Amino acid sequence: MNAIVSFQNVSYRIGNRTLLDGLSFELHAGETLVLLGRSGSGKTTALKMVNDLLRPTSGKVLVDGIPTIDWDPIRLRRHIGYVIQDVGLFPHFTIADNVGLVPRLEGWERSAVRERASALLAQVGLPPEQYAGRYPRELSGGQRQRVGVARALAADPPLLLFDEPFGALDPVTRLELQRQFLVLRRQFSKTALFVTHDVREALILGSRIGLLHNGRLDTLTTPADFLHAATPEARAFLACLDVKNEV
Amino acid sequence: MEGLAREILDLTLEHLWLVFVAMMIAGSVGIGGGILLTRKPSWRGWVLGFANVMQTVPSLALFGFLIPIPFIGGIGKHTAILALVLYAILPVLRNTLAGILGVDPAVRESAVAMGMNGRQLLWQVELPLAARTILAGVRVATVTTIGTATIAAAIGGGGLGVFIFRGLASVDTTLILAGAIPAAAIALLADGGLGWVEHKFSAA
Repeated sequence: MNAIVSFQNVSYRIGNRTLLDGLSFELHAGETLVLLGRSGSGKTTALKMVNDLLRPTSGKVLVDGIPTIDWDPIRLRRHIGYVIQDVGLFPHFTIADNVGLVPRLEGWERSAVRERASALLAQVGLPPEQYAGRYPRELSGGQRQRVGVARALAADPPLLLFDEPFGALDPVTRLELQRQFLVLRRQFSKTALFVTHDVREALILGSRIGLLHNGRLDTLTTPADFLHAATPEARAFLACLDVKNEV
Repeated sequence: MEGLAREILDLTLEHLWLVFVAMMIAGSVGIGGGILLTRKPSWRGWVLGFANVMQTVPSLALFGFLIPIPFIGGIGKHTAILALVLYAILPVLRNTLAGILGVDPAVRESAVAMGMNGRQLLWQVELPLAARTILAGVRVATVTTIGTATIAAAIGGGGLGVFIFRGLASVDTTLILAGAIPAAAIALLADGGLGWVEHKFSAA
């Protein structure tokens, strides 16, 4: 199978703290691999190594077969869409300008950038005639996150990174966006690496789930098999699903 | 009386010139230096310390200290301007640093992750978002400089301070007011004008 991203024995240390410890896995074309884990398990650290926001202390991360340290960081990052929990929209840019950012940096024609931004806004459920000219502060959290997704898709990158993108949203909005994510995934057939601490989200969205525990890969399997995973950490996460017994 | 009006106008223009030149230099050095300090955290302590010390030196003394220094010192406008610049740099520098460091980390991270290079990050994200804070620093520095510039007359720098020193020497309140009132008026106008520009930036 075709590895879009490949982690090869990757470790990351700050001082004497080990955040990632010998992590190895591959992300295949077209799949959504969800990295699941508690806070501090190293999942975000791993994600940030893919677009060279962080560099491994030892080991290698390969994107399209090339180690991230050998990529021109600017080229690498424009080749990868990135969505984060805090969205990070530019408050002084309109929604359309936020969405069109990467195409503009890539030197697209003005009219092409505008068209692309409008098309994407429509696709994430924000009618452009209503939202294109607004500023981020005029939108709700869920709407802002939709803009964040549209921005990541703008230059049509083959690979997308999601860092707990729906973590700050209320459960109803979250479910709405998760459903939209699945629709978009069918439409665009992108490869995605998705970080979350929500086991439900991992089961709904992932084609595979990689469970991280203390910087190591605890379990890597399909959602169906994850439900029967036997490691203590996997069991701890699965226990979160059994609310019925608690009430 | 007409002679006095004429002199008020001349000295006001001279005063404005002193402030303008000093602020041009202090603005470029302060903003440029502030940007540099955001990239070189280890320099911050030294540079801010120096700028702070400059501000603590009593202004009359600072003008005096500069007189005996060869090339940059001496009697006249350039020494006065140098002293004004040394005073005005700190607020501009400090606000530039604070404004840029105050940009939401999520915004900066997403700018980098979208593939902006250093220059694009600075011009398209950091400076626009810090503009209001930077302008506030420029405003404070300008208003202070307008007042401090009256002391320039003590070392032959000219400006409205000429009236004040002459009035003090001859115990003539009218002369002191002839210097003080226009200086105060300029300060108020500058404060209002720059405040308006600042407000314009905050609207965006």
